[in-house]
Amino acid sequence: MTETDKPVVALRDAAKHFGPVKALDGVSLSVAPGECLGLVGHNGAGKSTLVNLINGTFGPSSGTVDFPGGAGDVRAVFQELSLCPNLTVAENLAMAHPALKGVGWRRPAGAEIRAALDRVFPDHGIDADAEVDTLTIAERQMVEIAIGFAPRGGAARLVILDEPTSSLDEGIARQLLSHVKAFCAAGGAVIFISHMLGEVFDVSSRIVVLKDGTVVADRPVGDFTRAGLVDAMGHVATEGAAQQAARSAPGEVILRAEGLEARRGEVVGLSGLAGHGQAAALARLYLGLSSDWRRGRGAGAVFVAGDRPRDGVLPLWSILRNVSISVLGRGLVDRAAERRLAEDWRKRIGIRTDDLTNPILSLSGGNQQKVLFARALASDAPIVVMDDPMRGVDVGTKQDVYAMIRAEAAKGRTFLWYSTETEEVCQCDRVFVFRNGEISAELTGEQITEERILEASFEMQEAS
Amino acid sequence: MTMSVKPWVWAWLAAAQAFAATLVLTSGRGAGELAYAALSFGAFAAIVGMGQMLVITLGPGNVDLSIPATMTLAGTLALKVMGSDPGTAWLGLIVALGVGLAVGCANFALIWLLRLPPIIATLAASLVYQSVAIWSNRGLRIKPPEGLADFATGRLLGVPNVAWVTLVLAIVVWVLLERAVWGRWLLAAGQNLRAARLAGVPVQAVRAATYVAVAVFASLAGYLLSSFSGGAALNMGAEYLLMSIAVVVIGGSSIAGGNSNVPGVIGASLFMFLVVSMLNSYGAGAGVKSVLTGAIIIAIVIAASTRRPRA
Repeated sequence: MTETDKPVVALRDAAKHFGPVKALDGVSLSVAPGECLGLVGHNGAGKSTLVNLINGTFGPSSGTVDFPGGAGDVRAVFQELSLCPNLTVAENLAMAHPALKGVGWRRPAGAEIRAALDRVFPDHGIDADAEVDTLTIAERQMVEIAIGFAPRGGAARLVILDEPTSSLDEGIARQLLSHVKAFCAAGGAVIFISHMLGEVFDVSSRIVVLKDGTVVADRPVGDFTRAGLVDAMGHVATEGAAQQAARSAPGEVILRAEGLEARRGEVVGLSGLAGHGQAAALARLYLGLSSDWRRGRGAGAVFVAGDRPRDGVLPLWSILRNVSISVLGRGLVDRAAERRLAEDWRKRIGIRTDDLTNPILSLSGGNQQKVLFARALASDAPIVVMDDPMRGVDVGTKQDVYAMIRAEAAKGRTFLWYSTETEEVCQCDRVFVFRNGEISAELTGEQITEERILEASFEMQEAS
Repeated sequence: MTMSVKPWVWAWLAAAQAFAATLVLTSGRGAGELAYAALSFGAFAAIVGMGQMLVITLGPGNVDLSIPATMTLAGTLALKVMGSDPGTAWLGLIVALGVGLAVGCANFALIWLLRLPPIIATLAASLVYQSVAIWSNRGLRIKPPEGLADFATGRLLGVPNVAWVTLVLAIVVWVLLERAVWGRWLLAAGQNLRAARLAGVPVQAVRAATYVAVAVFASLAGYLLSSFSGGAALNMGAEYLLMSIAVVVIGGSSIAGGNSNVPGVIGASLFMFLVVSMLNSYGAGAGVKSVLTGAIIIAIVIAASTRRPRA
């Protein structure tokens, strides 16, 4: 860290246009060594585009992106996980490590990733020789982050973290935040992108707010309040989770499976540390409620995926077709009705596009997630199964979706909702806490508090 | 919806060029005959090609390699049942389609129950189908009933009857893919099987129906081809193995699945016949002909391979 006054990266009037879409519209920004820059903004504000510009995925349409100290050792950890699932953890590190070649690269690769994981996530329990597709999504995210911080024949100077904690539980996320602080204190630079404002306040030294492709605020963290930050992002969001008035009286039990119990009109939460069997239980439950062979029985439940590329998005299709796939009926497709339905949901859930026939992949991650919500909510299935569906969704949209879930529940729908965020779980009527693949607690009403959930998430001594 | 060039345009352009290049040599004589021959022979390739397209649309690893054996078996059994007796054409058709149904179910049973990769399952099963054909045929060459042979080689409004049959089938397949719910399910399953299943698509039913459809198409082609060429031969399906895959790819369907197009398969089937007759009329030797055919196919696939999203 010799030239501490030079910024690691400096953008001047950088813009990126995709056809008529201005994803980034003239952004000037620099990041100095030792700084942790918090980057916030709504879905589609241009955060991921900015990351791709700095990472060199594509060049700017106009303006400049400069690296005064060279562009080496700038790393990005992406929101859509980018590991090779058929390779082991150590092999994935080796792919990002150009100096590891020739005979005998396995041992140093294994040692390096083990050291990196130990440094960022003590007690992680991840085997460096495990194939990535045997890991849970949280463990994959941890590996990806560890590879970002690993020396890899140099030393990371700038690490961009795009929604790094969205699939991590609280304890692991805290480990990451303290590592980021230590990394910056030692002279490294971090760009930290998150919709979880508490984390941004905790870890950043400076916050930049993006809106519609431009910087609308760039100030030290001390100059922001939480409400001020939400205002700057430009969404009138009701603060906190205090809107529990609309809770409906639950009806009769309509589902008993996997040790879970759900009543008509109830929002049932699944909680616990990430990777303790919640997602698997939900997938089994959904597959049991629907059929490989018949459509008729399948309409009993719909599924909202959190792992979008694996479980949700149909990548070759337009937004329109992605919305309508679950509600096509039989025989020929009624194309006029299909379009009306999709237009209706575009307005209701605020999918940011001017043409529904645009490809689904032209949307930002959060907007793709809205499409998956629309797909499920557009059906008339009485049970909605949600597998951590808020990953990468901004604060304003989250509030809208919470309200929509409440309204649908009041009409008699049942929601099964797995989430890694305690704040979301606290919105539920009934919560099942998982530990080691089993249900360790069932909480209802007043019992649902962060303390009770955490308590049930960790191993307790056997009460006599 | 703005789409500049649809991928199937390339196959049709190439077919038109091959047609024109042949006619340059003959100064325009024989255009009618050449078009008629292309429609006749292209029809068989198009029928099996459309079946193969449906299977390939199911996604990576899905392909039916039992098409040649299915064609042979269906043609052989149908002709044996008909025994050249007049008035048995419908009976023969029912037998052929029944063979297709049985073969499709057997193929999918191997794939689904034994979890064999489709390439292995259909290739291994095709040995069985071929053996059954040999066993039931015993080297006899049975002529098709006269009326059926006349139909298969005849024409209506100057267009071969087999081409009319292909046109009807093509319209059915197009409606199924572009307008029917079943087509949406097939395309969804081909893009991401897991996501389609989680979106409520009955994916196993879709796969089963697709493997049955390809076998039925192959058996129909076998029935028509053996009637067209005056009897079933044990090697009659051989050239349709690679042909069925080639016309799908040249036609602009994605080999990675989830994307298919019917007009492209038709254009590519005409092209595959026309390019060979073009090289023949220029007097190219067998070796040169193969090299040029291969090179031309690669060029078209490159031109058509730019992926375009669909509305």
